[in-house]
This record gives sequence, structure tokens and C-alpha cells, in this order.
Amino acid sequence: MLFTSYEFWGFIACLFLLYYLIPRKYQWVMLLAASYIFYFLAHPTYLIYISVTTMTTFYAAMRIGQLLNVQKAHLEINKETFSKEEKQGYKSSVRKKQRKWFIACLLINFGILAFLKYTNFTIANINSLLSVLGTGERLTFMNVILPMGISFYTFQAMGYLIDVYQGKIKPEKSIFRFALFVSFFPQLVQGPISRFNDLSATLYEEHRFDFKEVSYGFQRILWGLFKKLVIADRILVAVNTIIKEPDEYNGVFVFVGMMFYAIQLYADFTGGIDITIGIAEVLGIRIKENFNAPFLAKNITDYWRRWHITMGTWFRDYLFYPLSVSGPILNLSRWSRRRLGDGLGRKIPVYLTTLIVWFATGLWHGSSWNFIAWGLTNGIVIIISQAFEPLYARFHNKFPVKGKPLYSAFEVIRTVLLMSAIRMFDCYRDVPLTFRMFGSMFTTGNFSALFDREVMKLGLSGADYIVLAAATVILIASGIRRKEGSMRDRLEKIPARRRYLMIYLLGVIILLFGAYGVGYDATQFIYNQF
Amino acid sequence: MNELISILNGLHPDVDFAEAEGLVDNGVLDSFDIISLVAEIDSEFDVRIPAEEILPENFNSAKALYELITRLGDN
Repeated sequence: MLFTSYEFWGFIACLFLLYYLIPRKYQWVMLLAASYIFYFLAHPTYLIYISVTTMTTFYAAMRIGQLLNVQKAHLEINKETFSKEEKQGYKSSVRKKQRKWFIACLLINFGILAFLKYTNFTIANINSLLSVLGTGERLTFMNVILPMGISFYTFQAMGYLIDVYQGKIKPEKSIFRFALFVSFFPQLVQGPISRFNDLSATLYEEHRFDFKEVSYGFQRILWGLFKKLVIADRILVAVNTIIKEPDEYNGVFVFVGMMFYAIQLYADFTGGIDITIGIAEVLGIRIKENFNAPFLAKNITDYWRRWHITMGTWFRDYLFYPLSVSGPILNLSRWSRRRLGDGLGRKIPVYLTTLIVWFATGLWHGSSWNFIAWGLTNGIVIIISQAFEPLYARFHNKFPVKGKPLYSAFEVIRTVLLMSAIRMFDCYRDVPLTFRMFGSMFTTGNFSALFDREVMKLGLSGADYIVLAAATVILIASGIRRKEGSMRDRLEKIPARRRYLMIYLLGVIILLFGAYGVGYDATQFIYNQF
Repeated sequence: MNELISILNGLHPDVDFAEAEGLVDNGVLDSFDIISLVAEIDSEFDVRIPAEEILPENFNSAKALYELITRLGDN
């Protein structure tokens, strides 16, 4: 069921009615049932995988928690008799047992993800190698189904496991409540990756019908549909025209495609998250925000603090930090500082960790080299900007332009161009082709095509361009005005009649200008494939 | 404490770490700085800061960080 399908909204309408009619203490049970029905309808076999992840994670976390409780009780009983060494020895023996459960669970769940997502990628690479070696043998590809949202729910469940293992949270006692945390259906399509601490309380508590909250949720859903149907699915036609014919659409078209894809991805992903957060809000549930006006970022690090926040913080907290404080990296740090001095020596381990994390981030996005190249390019650009920081500091000392409107605009435009260029790996899905098309922007002098109306149609009509231009201006303006507070709070302050008229108009705009019908095909969200 | 302040000054010479608060919340220390600090603390104080202790509240001021080092050192 697509978020943009009639079936899905029928499903939501039924759930909404029942959710507020049944006794409130059963609301979370209803959400669990709805989530499993949603997942079953997507594909019955998906349920097997999500159930395995749920059960293994629940059980391992429970065992880790039980071991900690036993340790506390044992230390309490023996607090008078245990020496410091005995206490530490006992703690370390318990930690070892906990680690066994922890590692077994990580291996099972990341193993399932790796098997389903990366087996055919590995086979393709082995076959390429065999072909280079000149052998006629080839491995056969496996017929595996990649469950929807597996990367999202696996990361969410493993985040919970790590939090329990690190003692940040207590394990959930009910497997059914935990099953809801893993499978909460609006998040299954494309995240966000929630933390147990943030989501659990709001997910399990009883929710009264709150008109304001429901109305806010509904407005957020409409706003998401506007982004997805009016902008993303419309501009997609032009993006596809450009990327599917790279020999014909090179040079200036690549630049147009790059910028159009930036708009498409932004509208598609943030629109999808708006719908997710909106559905949750209608049900009285609060999900953490995943974006903070990323197109206003002033540099790549700032961008990654604003875009897909829940994924970025997942990799930071559960991979970047643990890897950075691991024995091998700390040993490397000591070695590199001794050999290379404090300056470069201090940076080498940080750079290495950054590259590993971005390699993993690329791989998380997809099982192909273009995503790995995308991830590594992000890592390299972050490292370069980090390395040049002293130079920037000297520049800003000499020329105090920081914070000035013109310089701020330059920073924003620079970051938009940089991030859009890196995304070309994602857009063309082929590393050599991406480099070739990137180069063609500077070597093919076909700028006159920009002024040729027929050539620039790219599968869209003049009316489409007018709709796109107007919608994009609204999109950017709303992002910029977020500083002044939420759009819905501002709407709330205007008289009810005008407010409802505006909401009604937004609905009409989606119905009239949404990209469906002849020539269009409502598409799944881009991030759904990850 | 002086040793810690000098490590912190090595990262950002322009910041008065003896007084500054909200180092993480205000973006003075980013994740790069934090892991550089962890490595330096490991080698200078022989104290290994585990990943679960990398929390904003432990890095928001030199005082909080010093308390963390002392606590982990005692254990």
C-alpha cells in the first residue's frame, strides 16, 4: 500500500475511527494489529523477518537486563565482603555474559539484513572478478525478497539493544509492546529511525481525542502530500528524462537534472516524513523530527545535522563513537601521534573512523557501488572541510564576513551545489557514468539549450513548470519562515474561517495539481528502497 | 584540571575552557573534537572513556569532563 494510494487512506480512516472508539487501554494493541496487517498486505513473508528481529532483540535485551539485575543484587549482598578487585572481577564476568547475548543478537539481525540486501551485490562482484580472471564460471543470483523498511526497523531495534547493553535504558517487559516499537507502521515505509526513549512512552500511553492535535496531524499530512504529489512526482518526469538518456542530455542538462533531483529528493523524503509524523500525530503519537531546513545548511557538517537527523545520529552514537573509543583506534591514535606528531597524528584516526562510518552509511543506503561512492565522497568532503578549518579561521580573522547576509547566502548556495553534486551518484546509479556526466557539465558548451523551450520541456508541459515553480517557491519560503515558528502555529492564530479555507485550498491544490492520472504513475518514496 | 584545560586549548585556543559552559550544546565541541579528546585523555590520563559516556552532559564543560575522568579513574 503506497502512502499515496486510496487503499492506504481507507485503512487510515478505519484505524482512526476504531482507535478513538475502543477503550483507550487497548489503543496500542490496535496499533500493533494495524502495523502487522499493513506489513502483511505489503507481503506476507515480510512478517517472518520482522518477527525474527523482534523476538531475538527482545529476548537478548531481556537477558542482558536480567544479568544486570542479578549483578546488582549479588553486589548488594556482598558489599561488605567483596574487595575492590573481587567486585571488578565479578562485574567483568557478568559483562562477558552480557556481551555474548549482545553480539549474538547483533550478528543475527545484521546478518539477516546483510544476507537479504547484499548477497546479490556480492555475487555480482565475484562474477565481475571471475570475468576479469577469464574463467567461464559464474555464480547464480539468489531470488531474495528485501522486506520493506528492513534497514529502518533493523537499525531501530539494534539501537534499542545497544541502549540496553550500555545501560541507558531498561529492557521492555512486554514482547507485544516491543513488537509495536519495531513495527509501528507509519515508520516502516521510510523511517525515521526512532529511539526507544523517545518513542515508547508516547506509543504506549492512552490517547484522548484532541481536536487540535488531530487537526495539526491532518495539516501535516496534507503538507506532505503536497510535497510528494505536486512537486516530487511531477519533477520526477524531467529527472527521469535526463538520466535515462545521458548521451543526449549532457552538459547543461546534467546541471538541470542535478538541481531537479535535489528538489525531487527533498520533496519526496521530507514529504514522506511529514505524512509519517502527521499520521502519528492524528493518533496522538509524537515522532521526533528528521529534518531541520537542510537547504539552509552552511557547510556539509551542518547539512548532516539537518538532513535525515535520526540516521545521522544513529551512525554517530552507535558506530562513530564506539569505533573511535575502540582499542584498535586508540592504539592507532597513540602510534600516529608518536610517529607523526600531535597535529597530523591526532587527525589520522579521526579521518579513518570518518571514512569507515561513511562507507557504512553508503552501504546502508543501497547494495551498489554508487552508494558506496556517495558515502565515501561525503566522508572525504567532511575530512577536507575539517582539515581546512585553520585556513578558514585565518580567512575569517582577516576578513570579518561571517554572519554577513551576502556571505551567508554564499555559504548556503555553496552547500546546496556541493550536496546536489554528490547526490549525482544516487541519481545516475553508476559510478563511471556519474563522473562522465559531472565532467560534461564543464566540457559541453550547450548552454543555449537552456533557452530552447522545446528542448527544455523534458517531458513536462509549460503548465507543469508553472506549478513546479510556484510550489517550489512555497516550499522554500515555508522552510525559511520556520525560524519564526511552526507553520501550523501561525495558521492557528488566524481566524478559523480563513484557516479552514486555506486548508481546503491546499487539499484542492493537491487534488488538482497532484501528479497522477494519465502520464503519471504514483511512485513509492525514494527512501523506501533503502 | 590544568592538564585537561591545556588539552582543550590545543583544540580551540580561543575558548576560555575554565569558564565556558554548554560546549556541546553551543557547538563549540563537535564530534571530531570529542573523539580527539577521548584519545588524548586515554593517553594523558590513562582513562578510557566508553562510548556510553559520550553524552553532551559529560562534555559540556571542562569541569563536567574532569568529573567524568575522575569517576572513571576511580572505578
